[in-house]
Amino acid sequence: MVTKSDRLVNGVLYAVLALFALSTLFPLYFVFVMSVTPYTEVLRNGGFILWPSSFTLQAYKEIFGSSRIPDALQITVFITVVGTFLNLLVTALLAYPLSKKSTPWRNGILLAIIFTLLFNGGLIPTYLVVRELGLYNTVWAMIVPGMVSTFNFLIMKTYFESLPQEVEEAARVDGCGDIATLVRIVLPLSAPILATVGLFYGIGHWNEYFKGIMYVTDRSLAPIQIVLRNMIQTPSISQELAVNSTDLAQLPPETVKMATVAVAILPIIIVYPFLQKYFIKGVMIGAIKG
Amino acid sequence: MNEAITPIKQPANAVETSATATGFRKSLRRLYRSKWMMIMMIPGLLYYLLFHYVPMVGILIAFQDYNLLKGIWGSPWVGWDNFRTVFNSPDFPLILRNTLIISVYRIVFNMLPDVILALMLNEIRSRWFKRVVQTITYGPHFLSWIIVYGIVFSLFAPGSGLFTTFVRDMGWGDLNLLTDANYFRPLLIASDLWKNVGFGAIIYLAALASINQELYEAAVVDGAGRWRQMWHITLPGIRSVFVLLLILRMGSILDAGFDQVYIFLNARVYDVGDIIDTWVFRQGLEQLNFSIAAATGVFKSVIGLVFILGANKLAKKVGGSGIW
Repeated sequence: MVTKSDRLVNGVLYAVLALFALSTLFPLYFVFVMSVTPYTEVLRNGGFILWPSSFTLQAYKEIFGSSRIPDALQITVFITVVGTFLNLLVTALLAYPLSKKSTPWRNGILLAIIFTLLFNGGLIPTYLVVRELGLYNTVWAMIVPGMVSTFNFLIMKTYFESLPQEVEEAARVDGCGDIATLVRIVLPLSAPILATVGLFYGIGHWNEYFKGIMYVTDRSLAPIQIVLRNMIQTPSISQELAVNSTDLAQLPPETVKMATVAVAILPIIIVYPFLQKYFIKGVMIGAIKG
Repeated sequence: MNEAITPIKQPANAVETSATATGFRKSLRRLYRSKWMMIMMIPGLLYYLLFHYVPMVGILIAFQDYNLLKGIWGSPWVGWDNFRTVFNSPDFPLILRNTLIISVYRIVFNMLPDVILALMLNEIRSRWFKRVVQTITYGPHFLSWIIVYGIVFSLFAPGSGLFTTFVRDMGWGDLNLLTDANYFRPLLIASDLWKNVGFGAIIYLAALASINQELYEAAVVDGAGRWRQMWHITLPGIRSVFVLLLILRMGSILDAGFDQVYIFLNARVYDVGDIIDTWVFRQGLEQLNFSIAAATGVFKSVIGLVFILGANKLAKKVGGSGIW
C-alpha cells in the first residue's frame, strides 16, 4: 500500500515539523543562555554564543537585589490573583442566568453582549470612562476595565448549558434557590471550565501591559511587563534598576535584560502543563458555539 | 415523554378577560421569580454598560472640541471638523496604507501557515510525535508581546544579537534590523508567525478531526491518492472554518495588531510601521488631542463594522455560510 513517494513525503513531513518545533524552542533556550553568560565569555568569543564554557547567576541576583523587579512582580501577582478571582466570579454570575432559557430578557441581553464584539467606542472614550470613574492611577485600572471577556463568557455559558439539567432540578426540589444551586451544584460540576477560563484570565493578567501604560503613570504601580520593556530598551541598566553596584557593572547589559525576560517567562512555563490539559477543550467550546 | 409533546391548553376565558393586564402581570411574576438570577447579573451587566456602552456614547466627543476640564457636557460642538482635520492630515494616507498593508500581510502570511501546519500535522500517523510538535508550537501563544520583543532583541539587537554577531563575523557588515524600515514589516510577520501559528492550527485540526473517516475509506476504494484525498475531502472539510476566520479578520482589518506594533515600533520606522491605532494612541494619550483621536477611532469602528457585515454577506452569497 505504502509507495516509495509516500514514504518520501512522510520523511519530509517529519523533518519539516521537527525542524519547526526546534525553531520554536531555540529562541527560548538562547534567552536563557544569554541570561547566564558572564562578561569574560562575551569578550573571549566576541559576542554571545550558544554554549558558553562558564556561566553565572549574577544577573538574577542583581535583579532580585534591586527593588524595581520584585516590586513590579508584586503588582503583577496582585493583579493576577485578585483580578482572576474577580473575573471568574463576575463571569460566572453573568453566564449562569444567561444559560437558562427562563431568564427574562435573556435574548436581548445576549445580543447586547455579542454586539460589543462588532462595535466599540474605541481607545479614547474608554480611557475617559476610566478617568471619570476615579480608577486612573490605581491598581484597579488594570483589573476592572477587563472584568469580563466576551469570549470567556461564551465558553462558560455554553458549558453551563451542557450540564445535565436533572441534577439542578433535583436541587431545586430539595429547596435550593438560584444562588444555592449555582454555588453548591453548578460550580463544583464546572471545575474544568473554571480552570480553563481562570488560566486564560490569569495569563492575560500576567501579560498585562497596555492598561498599565494607558491608565497608570505612577511608576510604583508598574507591572512586570512595563518594567521589562523599559529594561530591554534602556541604555543604562543600573539606572533602570535604580541600583549602582560594581557587580552589576561587570555584567553585560544584555545578560541582565535576558534574565528579566526569563523571569517573566518562567511562570508561563510552570502553568503550561495545566493549560495544556484544559485549554484545547475550552477553545473548542468557544469556537463551536461562540 | 408524551406529555411534553401535548400542548398545554390554557383556560380560554382567562386569556379573554384582559390580555394585556395578565401579560404584564405574568412578566412581572416571571421577573420576581427570577429575582436572584437578575441580581446575580448586575456586576457583569454594569461592566458591559460602563466599559462598552458608555464609551459608545463617548463617541460624541468626536464631534466636539473636547476638553478634559469642561467634560462631555460642557465642551463645544464642532460638527464634522475633527473628521476633516484627520482626513486632511498628511499622516492619514500613510497610516491608512501601513494599516492595510500590515493587515493583508497578516492574513496571507499568518492565516495560510496555520492551515499548512494543521494539514501537515494531520498527515502524521505517529501519535506521540504529533502531540509533541503541537505542544511545543502552541506554547509561545501565551507569552506576551514584550517577551517576544525581548526574544527578537536577543537575536537581532545591534552589537549583541546572535544573528547580528553571526552576520558581522561572516564579514557581511553591521546589521540593525530593529530600526531598519526594510525589515520592520517582515519582523512583525515573522514574530507573529512564531508566536501564533501553533495556536492557529488547533482550530483547523479540530475541524479535520470531525471529518467522517468513511469518506477517506471510500476515496481509497475509488483509487484516490494522498493528494486527491486532500483536495476533495480534507480541504472542503476545513473550508467553513477558514471562511469564518477570514470574516472575523476582515472585521478587524483596520486593527493590524496594535499590541504588537506598538511594542515593536520606534520613531525610525514610522514610515512603514505607524498604523491607525498607534497614531490614535499618540494623538490621544500623549498629545491629549482627545477629539481628533476619538474621531479616528470612530472611523475605524465604522469601517470595521461595514467590513465584517459585508464579508459575511459575501460569504453567504458565494454559497458558504456566514457567521450569522
